[in-house]
Amino acid sequence: MNPFPFKSVLTLLLSGTLAMGSAHLAFADDDDDDDERGREKSGWFDSRETLAPVVNATYSEECGACHMAYQPGLLPPQAWAQIMTPDALANHYGDDASLSEALRTEISAFLGANATDVAQQMAPSGASNAGAASGSLPRITESTDFKREHDEIPARLVTGNPEVGSFSQCNACHRKAAEGNYDERWIDIPGHGPWKD
Amino acid sequence: MKRQLAIVLLSASTLILPATLWAADPAAGAAGWTKEYPQADGSAARSCVTCHGRDLTQPGRQANTGKVIEPMAPSVNSQRLTDPAKIEKWLTRNCRWTLGRECTAGEKADFIAYIKTQ
Ligand code: HEC
Ligand code: HEC
Ligand code: HEC
Repeated sequence: MNPFPFKSVLTLLLSGTLAMGSAHLAFADDDDDDDERGREKSGWFDSRETLAPVVNATYSEECGACHMAYQPGLLPPQAWAQIMTPDALANHYGDDASLSEALRTEISAFLGANATDVAQQMAPSGASNAGAASGSLPRITESTDFKREHDEIPARLVTGNPEVGSFSQCNACHRKAAEGNYDERWIDIPGHGPWKD
Repeated sequence: MKRQLAIVLLSASTLILPATLWAADPAAGAAGWTKEYPQADGSAARSCVTCHGRDLTQPGRQANTGKVIEPMAPSVNSQRLTDPAKIEKWLTRNCRWTLGRECTAGEKADFIAYIKTQ
């Protein structure tokens, strides 16, 4: 079972932002079960399940312009909140991703409602909570779980690979990343091919 | 009647004045497009070419992520310059990133005039 959608529903219901039309609602029943929380600590990286695809058109357009639109479930809500402040958007990992206030509010609500629950987040290592400077923004690729899954991949296939550039370009290697599917079957590293370990 | 007309004209010109639309100069936009801005931290100099390329009828590449950017020239990409809010959003971002400051209304008008000719 994939713990991630259950937690999202909780957040979704709590925040009352129901306009997103997310398939997560289908899981709403399981959500009141507090026992689930303890068992779900392992996080989605170990779940071998498909992440809920991105279903918000505004989010896909705005946050998919420079890189793939990362599934909200890839980070906990407080990380998205840090990323979505006006200052952080203007200093976005070395780029400028500033948004109008209307778009910023809409996207923040979507991310807040669909992010991973704190209880099973991948604790970002090295990412400080200090604020808006681009160097300190949280990263999916800095999380312990991410690093564990990717520690055997040599740099020449990533930063040394012009068709990849960095680990942030999930979809360069995960052919179904846009659909939230990171299953090993769909890995195809440019210039290298499928991954066999 | 006359008075109303005067007001209309007045407000119209105050709207247009800051944008200096009548003076939008494609040649200045073209020069601005390739102008390089050296970076204090020693990283590669930046220009509009960095992501969009010199030939606007060809696709570009987002320098920081590698993502392909569809051609900027309206002659080959009819989606371009169709949404004022989108234009404004990207000019704000791209000027800040490339020039290190926001562009003036005149500079923006020049860029758009240039892109339109492509
Ligand atoms: C103007 C281009 C641009 C836009 C628009 C943009 N980003 Fe980014 N984003 C970047 C760049 C550049 C990076 C750093 C990539 C790298 O390090 O290789 C990045 C990185 C990220 C990361 C960290 C990925 C990692 O390494 O774990 C997240 C999360 C992120 N962006 C979220 C967003 C969200 C949310 C939005 C919409 C509000 C957005 N981005 C819009 C350019 C952009
Ligand atoms: C350079 C190519 C590359 C990039 C870029 C990349 N990955 Fe991976 N990823 C892999 C490989 C290879 C594996 C399998 C590693 C192993 O099994 O040792 C993997 C494994 C995974 C797994 C575990 C899948 C499973 O079924 O075990 C997840 C989840 C994942 N990646 C998510 C991501 C996300 C999210 C991003 C972007 C933030 C990303 N990856 C970027 C190559 C990449
Ligand atoms: C760091 C990369 C980068 C640089 C440098 C850059 N741009 Fe862009 N620009 C983009 C991206 C990404 C888009 C959105 C692409 C899309 O909609 O397909 C864009 C969109 C635009 C648009 C909106 C086009 C439309 O669809 O209506 C304009 C206008 C524009 N850029 C002008 C400029 C100008 C002028 C410069 C130089 C001052 C510049 N850009 C430099 C990345 C860049």
